[in-house]
Amino acid sequence: MTVQEVPQGRLRTPFYERMSQLDTLNAWHEWKGYTTPDALYCGETEYFAIRNATAVFDVSPMTKYRITGPDSLAFLDRLVTRDMMKIKPGRVAYAVWCDDQGQVLDDGTIFHLREGEYRLCSQERHLDWFMASAIGFNVDIVVETADVCGLAVQGPTSYSTLSGLDLPGLDQLKLFDLMHCDFEGAELMVSRTGFTGDLGYELWIEPGKAEALWDAVFEAGKLFGIRPIGVHALEMARVEAGYLAPFEDFLPAKGTVRTGRTRSPFELGLEWLVDFKKPNFNGRRALAEEKRKGSTWRLVKLNIEGNKVANASYIFETHKANKGNIGFVTSAEWSPVCKQNIALGTVRMPHGAPGSTVWVEIYYQREMHWSRAMAKAEVVDKPFWFPPRRSATPPGPY
Amino acid sequence: MKTYDAIVVGAGHNGLTTAAFLAKAGLDVVCVEKNDYIGGAAVSRELYKDWMYSNCSYVCSLLRPEIFRALELHKHGLQITPYGGSCQFMQNGDYYGSYHDPEVAYREMARHSQHDADAAERYGADTMRQCRFVRDSLLRTPPDPTSFRPKDIRELLTIGAKFMEMGEDRMYETIRFWTMSVAEYLDEYFESDIIKTAYSGSGIIGTALGVRSPGTAYVLLHHYMGEVDGNVGSWGVARGGMGAVSKSIAGAFQGYGGELRTEAGVDKIVVKNGRTTGVALENGDEINGRIVVSAMDVKRTFLTCMDQSDLPEEFYRRVQNFKIRGSSGKLNIALDGMPRFPALPDGSTLYQSDMHFIDTMDRMERAYDDWKAGTFSKDPYVDMVVPTMTDPTMAPPGKHFMSCFVQYCPRQIEGREWTSPEKEAFAKSVIDQIANYSPNFKDLILHYEVRTPQDIENEIGITEGNIFHGELTMDQLLFNRPVPGYAQYRAPVNGLYMCGSSTHPGGGVMAAPGANAAREILADLNRRNTVPENFGDD
Amino acid sequence: MTDRYDAIVVGGGHNGLVCAAMLGRAGRNVLVLEANGQVGGAAITREFADGYTVSACAHLLYQLQPVVQKELGIEPDLAVEDMATIALAENGEHVRIDGVQVDGVSKADAQNFRAFHKRTARFAKLLNKYFNKTPPRLGTRDWADMKTLGSLGLDLRLLGKTEMQAFLRLIGMNIHDEVTERFESPLLKGAISLDAVLGTHLGPRSPNTMLTYLYRLAGDYGRVSTPAGGMGSISEELAHIARQSGVTIRTGMPVTRIIVDNGRVAGVETANGDRFDSMTVISNADPKRTILDLVGPQHVEARFTHRVHHLRARGNAAKLHLALDGLPTIAGLDKKDFAQRLVIAGDEHYVERAFNPAKYGECSAEPVIEMTFPSVRDDTMAPHGKQVMSAVVQYAPYALKGGWDDAAREAFEATTIRTIEKYAPDIASHITASELLTPADIEQEFHMTGGHWHHGELTMDQFMFVRPVAGAAQYRMPLDGLYLCGAGAHPGGGVSGAAGRNAARAILAREKAA
Repeated sequence: MTVQEVPQGRLRTPFYERMSQLDTLNAWHEWKGYTTPDALYCGETEYFAIRNATAVFDVSPMTKYRITGPDSLAFLDRLVTRDMMKIKPGRVAYAVWCDDQGQVLDDGTIFHLREGEYRLCSQERHLDWFMASAIGFNVDIVVETADVCGLAVQGPTSYSTLSGLDLPGLDQLKLFDLMHCDFEGAELMVSRTGFTGDLGYELWIEPGKAEALWDAVFEAGKLFGIRPIGVHALEMARVEAGYLAPFEDFLPAKGTVRTGRTRSPFELGLEWLVDFKKPNFNGRRALAEEKRKGSTWRLVKLNIEGNKVANASYIFETHKANKGNIGFVTSAEWSPVCKQNIALGTVRMPHGAPGSTVWVEIYYQREMHWSRAMAKAEVVDKPFWFPPRRSATPPGPY
Repeated sequence: MKTYDAIVVGAGHNGLTTAAFLAKAGLDVVCVEKNDYIGGAAVSRELYKDWMYSNCSYVCSLLRPEIFRALELHKHGLQITPYGGSCQFMQNGDYYGSYHDPEVAYREMARHSQHDADAAERYGADTMRQCRFVRDSLLRTPPDPTSFRPKDIRELLTIGAKFMEMGEDRMYETIRFWTMSVAEYLDEYFESDIIKTAYSGSGIIGTALGVRSPGTAYVLLHHYMGEVDGNVGSWGVARGGMGAVSKSIAGAFQGYGGELRTEAGVDKIVVKNGRTTGVALENGDEINGRIVVSAMDVKRTFLTCMDQSDLPEEFYRRVQNFKIRGSSGKLNIALDGMPRFPALPDGSTLYQSDMHFIDTMDRMERAYDDWKAGTFSKDPYVDMVVPTMTDPTMAPPGKHFMSCFVQYCPRQIEGREWTSPEKEAFAKSVIDQIANYSPNFKDLILHYEVRTPQDIENEIGITEGNIFHGELTMDQLLFNRPVPGYAQYRAPVNGLYMCGSSTHPGGGVMAAPGANAAREILADLNRRNTVPENFGDD
Repeated sequence: MTDRYDAIVVGGGHNGLVCAAMLGRAGRNVLVLEANGQVGGAAITREFADGYTVSACAHLLYQLQPVVQKELGIEPDLAVEDMATIALAENGEHVRIDGVQVDGVSKADAQNFRAFHKRTARFAKLLNKYFNKTPPRLGTRDWADMKTLGSLGLDLRLLGKTEMQAFLRLIGMNIHDEVTERFESPLLKGAISLDAVLGTHLGPRSPNTMLTYLYRLAGDYGRVSTPAGGMGSISEELAHIARQSGVTIRTGMPVTRIIVDNGRVAGVETANGDRFDSMTVISNADPKRTILDLVGPQHVEARFTHRVHHLRARGNAAKLHLALDGLPTIAGLDKKDFAQRLVIAGDEHYVERAFNPAKYGECSAEPVIEMTFPSVRDDTMAPHGKQVMSAVVQYAPYALKGGWDDAAREAFEATTIRTIEKYAPDIASHITASELLTPADIEQEFHMTGGHWHHGELTMDQFMFVRPVAGAAQYRMPLDGLYLCGAGAHPGGGVSGAAGRNAARAILAREKAA
C-alpha cells in the first residue's frame, strides 16, 4: 500500500483562491510552509491602504495553539514574563517568553477566549518548549494552525468596513479586546489587534467559512477603499509602528548556535512586559540578575537624516567610523506617512539612550555604482507612527 | 640506491593526501600500495562487467573542502554531488522520510509527531553548536595536555577559550553531549520511536557500540561534520564512485611529481639505530627513505610491520590495547533495474535517499546484542543507497548499483573465521530485510559481493576491517588518538609518522589525518607548509 | 502548629543526618523530618521475618568518607572488617580477592591485579578529593570555582605524564576492555565487572563503567566492611551525633510539600498537615521527587524542570533477603568464608548477558549477585543458630515490561534462587522465609525515584559539574532557600556522607558570603 507523501510544495491557505483572483503580480514567497504574497498589485499602493483605507492581510500561516485545562492560567503565567492574571476573558495580551537564561524565545499574542481557554498566536513553532514547560501542569496544548484561519483587516476605514458585517458590540471593542459572534452559523472571533500600529481588527474563523468571510468583508469594504495586501506593505507599516519581527530584529533563542546572538526582553525594549511582582516566571532569575548588572544590548528606533534607506547598516558612535561599530540596523524603511527615514537597530549598551545621536553607515546603489554615506540618526523613544485612531473607542467612521 | 625524502605506506585517501602535500612542498615522495589498484577503502572497481562498485566507502561528505581546494581536486576529475535525504521503512507499511526542503521535512516529521517536528529546531541548533566546536579541530593537531611546550599550551588555551566562549549553560550541555548515548541524547528532544531511530543510525555506524552505549552521541556528530558546499550534514556521491576521490588525490600527487608504486606491499618498516631508513617490501625489494609515513592503521603499522624491539614497551602495549573492532559489513549489488518500494509513491525523491529498514530503538539495540554475542545481526541495521540514482556513470543506463552498509557484522564469527555458508547467511539476512519492503528486489539482482570485516581486512589491510581504523570512543579521541602521548602524528621512532584514520580526527573519507600529518612532517623538516587551515567560521 | 527553624532537612537518610549534624554543630537550629519510623533512609536495619533482621537496602559499608568520620567523630562498630570478595565458581575453584591479593588465578593475573589496583586506587584517591568539594561552576569568574578547577588541573598534572595520560584515557573507558586487556581469569574479570556495574543501568561494555568502578573505590579504596547490627547502626550513630549537636529529628513525618512563598522557600508541610517554617530547606530526597513532587515545577524554571524530568534514575538492583535455618553448602568454602562478600558473576560476558534484557525492560535470566551472610559474625541479626542472607541481585529493571506483579516477583525470586543453587545446591532447603525488594519496592519503601541507589544514574552526563542536572551542581537549587544534600547531588550515592557534608559546607559558605 502506497502511503501518500506529504505535500511537497508550499501550502495554500483557505484564502488563497480569493487572493489569487485579485492578484496581478504573481509574486509570492514562503511563510511557515504556506505561500504568501509579496504584493498583489503594488506594495506602495497597498501600504496606503493600511494608512488611508482598509487593508486585508491573510494571517492564516501564523502558528496557533489552543491552551485549555485547569492549569492553563498557571501555565501561561509561568511561561510569559507579564502577569497573565490581569488578562481577563475577552482580552488579548502581547507577550514574550524566555528560556531559563532570560533570552527571548519568541513574542506573540495570547487571546483569553473564555475563562481558562486561551489561544496563543506566534510566528514560530513552540510545541516542544510548551510541552517542556507544561511538565507538572494539568494543561492541554493543541496545535490549531490549520484549523483556524485569520484575516487582518487594518486601516482607518476598517471599522466602517466591518460595520457592514453587523457584528454586535464591534463599536465598543477596545484595543486588545476580543469578542465572539456568529458568522453564517460558525463562530467568528474578532479581536482589535494587528501588526500595523493603526486602527484595525483581526478576524478568526474555521477554514470552511474562509471564503464566505472574505466575500462578506470585501463586499462591505467596497465603499471604503478595501484592498488585499502583501508582506511588503505590512513590513513598512510594522517598522513605523516599532513592532519587532523574529529573525529580523531578534532571533528566537532556541535556534541560535553562536554565543551572544540572543536577546533578553530588556534588550528588545520590552521591559514593560516583564513583571517582577510575579513570584516566578521563566527566566525571572536571569532577568533579575540582568536588571541588577545591566544589559549588553539595547534596541533603538532611529530617525535617520536624509532619505537613503539604511538597510544592513553598521551603527557608529561618531561620524568617523574608525572606532568600531556600536551595533547594526535590523530593519529599515522609508516611512511615507511620516516622511522619515526610519530604522530599528541593536546597539551595545550604554550607547543609544533615547534622545542621543548615533551615526549610520549607509551603502546605496545608484545606476549600478555603490556609494557610502554616514548619516546622523536620532534615537527616538516612541513609535514613529501612533495615531489616536488606533485606540479610539468607539472608532470614528473615517 | 636512491633515497626518497619520504615514503608513504598505503595509497588510501589519507596516505595519498599526505603524499600530495609533501610533494607539493617539493619533497621527493613515493607512495607504495600493496594492491594492484589504489584507493584503499575509497575505491571503485569493476567487479561485474560494466558496473563500478564502490565496495567499501560509498558516500562522501566528510572530505574537507579545504583539502579539495588546496589540491585542486576538480582538475583531477573529482566532482561531488549532493543527494537527497533518507528514508526509514516501517513494519506497519508506513515510512519516515527526510526531505531537502525544511518545510516538507517539517510536515513529514509532524505526520509522525507534531512535538518532534517542533523539537527538531532545538535539536538542530544544539547539535550544530557541538559540531562547530569540533569542526574547528579537524584540521588541527591535538594538543598534548600533559606537555608544557608552548605550542601545546597555546593550543589547549585556544580550545579552552572556545569552550568558555559558549557560556556556562552550553558548556554543561557540551560535557553531557560528549558522554551520552545517542539514545539518551535523542530522548531529550524526541518522543517518536521512528524519528529517534532515524537519527540514531549515525551514532553507531562504524562502531562496536549500541545506540544505548554512552559516547555514541559523539559518533553522531562525527557523521554530521560532513558538508557539501557549506550544507553541513548533507551527503554526496562522488561522480564515478568513491574511487574518484583517491584517483583525484593521486592525480594531484603525481602532478606535484610524486611517484606511485602499486603491488608493493610493505613487509617491514626498517629501523636502524632508532631511526627509520625505509621499507622492505614483500617481494624482497627495499626502498630507502629519510622518513616513512604509515597510512595503515596503527595495529598493522606497529604490530605487523615493525619489530617489537624497535618500539618503547609502553607504546607497544598501548597499541595492542588500541581498539579496532570489526562491526560492519557490506553487500554490494548490481541491479537490472531500480527496485520498487510500494510504500513510496512512484517518482518520490526518497528513491534517491539513504534507505533504512529498522523502525524502533529496541531493534537497533538488539542488532548490537547479536554482535556482542559474536555473530552478525539477524535483524541488521542497513544503510542502503543506490548511488546510480544520482550518478549514472557507475552502471549501464537503466541499471543500478546498490550499496548496503550493514551493522553489525563481527570480524570473527563466534570467535573463529567466517565460512562461506555463513557469509551467504549474512547476505541473505540483508537481502531478505530489503525484500520485505520491495517485492521485486530479489528478481533484479544480477550479482552481489559480500564483504565481512574479514574480507575487508584481507583485501584492504585495515585491521578488523573497521571503517574508522579504531573505535571513536572518548578514550581514543583527540589527544588519546591513537594512543596518549602520540597524538601528534609522530611515532616513537625517529623519522616515522602516522597519517591514517587511527590518528586524529579519525575515519571517514575526510582526509584530515593525512593533511594534519603532512603539516607536522613539514614543520619537522623546516619546509614550507602546504597544508591549508580550516576555513573557519565565526 | 507552626515551628520555625534555621534549616529543615527533608529526609533522615545518612546524608540528611550528616548535613543536619554539621549545621547543628555550626550552631544552627535544625529539624530533620523523616517519613519512615526510623532514621537512615536506605541505610537501615529492620526485621524481615520473625527474629531475622537485615540491612534492608544498602548492606555493605565501603564508601564512608574518612573526612566525614573524622569531622563528626563517627566510630562504626564493625562486625567484619576488610572483607574479601570471593568470586564463586560452580566447580568450587573460587577466586578470592583480598585487598591487593588475589588467590585462585595465575601468577600473571595476581601481579596484574596488584598493578591495576595500585593505579585505580590512585585515580580513585584523586577523584575522591573532589568528591569532598562542591563542584565548581564553569565559565564563572568566581575565585572559589577557579581555585577548584585550577587545583583539579594541577592534581592531574602532578600524576606525572604517563599516569595523567592513563587517567585521561581510562576515565572514558568501559570496564570490559580494561579487564580483558589485563586479566585472563574469567572469575576475576567477572568480579571486577560486577563492581563496576552494581547499582547502575550499565553493562561492562558500556563506556563509563571505568568511572563507576573508580567511584566505588573512592571512599575507602576497595575496603569493604559490615557494621555490627547492620547498616542501621551507622544511621543510629549519625542520628545520635546529630541530636547531640542540637538537631531535632522527627520520624514518621513524611513531608508532602516544600512551601514556596513569593518565589522562595518558606518551609515544609507534612502529611498530617503540620507546617514547619524555615528559610532554608535541604532535601535529602532525590532530585526528581524534590523538584517535581515536593516543590512543584511552577516554582522553578522550565528547562530546569525538563532536565530534572529527564534525569535518568532507573534502578536495576533488587534485594533478596533469606531467612535460613543454617548455612548452605558451597563447595570449597568453609563457614568463615561466609562472612566475606560472595559474588556470582562468571565472567565479563556473563555480566553483559545479564544486562542485555534490562535494556528492554526484562529481568536477567541469569542475574549477577552479591551475597552476604551478616549473621555469620553478628548474632544480633538472626535467632541463635539461624542465618540471614542479604543479596543484591541485578538486573531487575524498575520499569519491568508488564509491571512488578506477584507472578513477576515470584519468577525473579525463583530465577535468583536457581542461580544461587548452581553454587549452593542446598540453599532452597534452608529457606524458612524470604523477602524480595524490587526497585519498585525500594522506591516505595525508601522513597527513591526509580528505586535507584544513586538517586540518578552515575554516568558522565550526570556527574560532577552536571550532577544532578546542568546548572544545579552546587547543592543550591535554582529556587532561593532550597538545597539538595542526597545521593542525587555530587558526588552520588553509596553510604559516604559526602553529599551531606558538602551541602552543609555550601550552605554555611553561602551564609557567610551573604
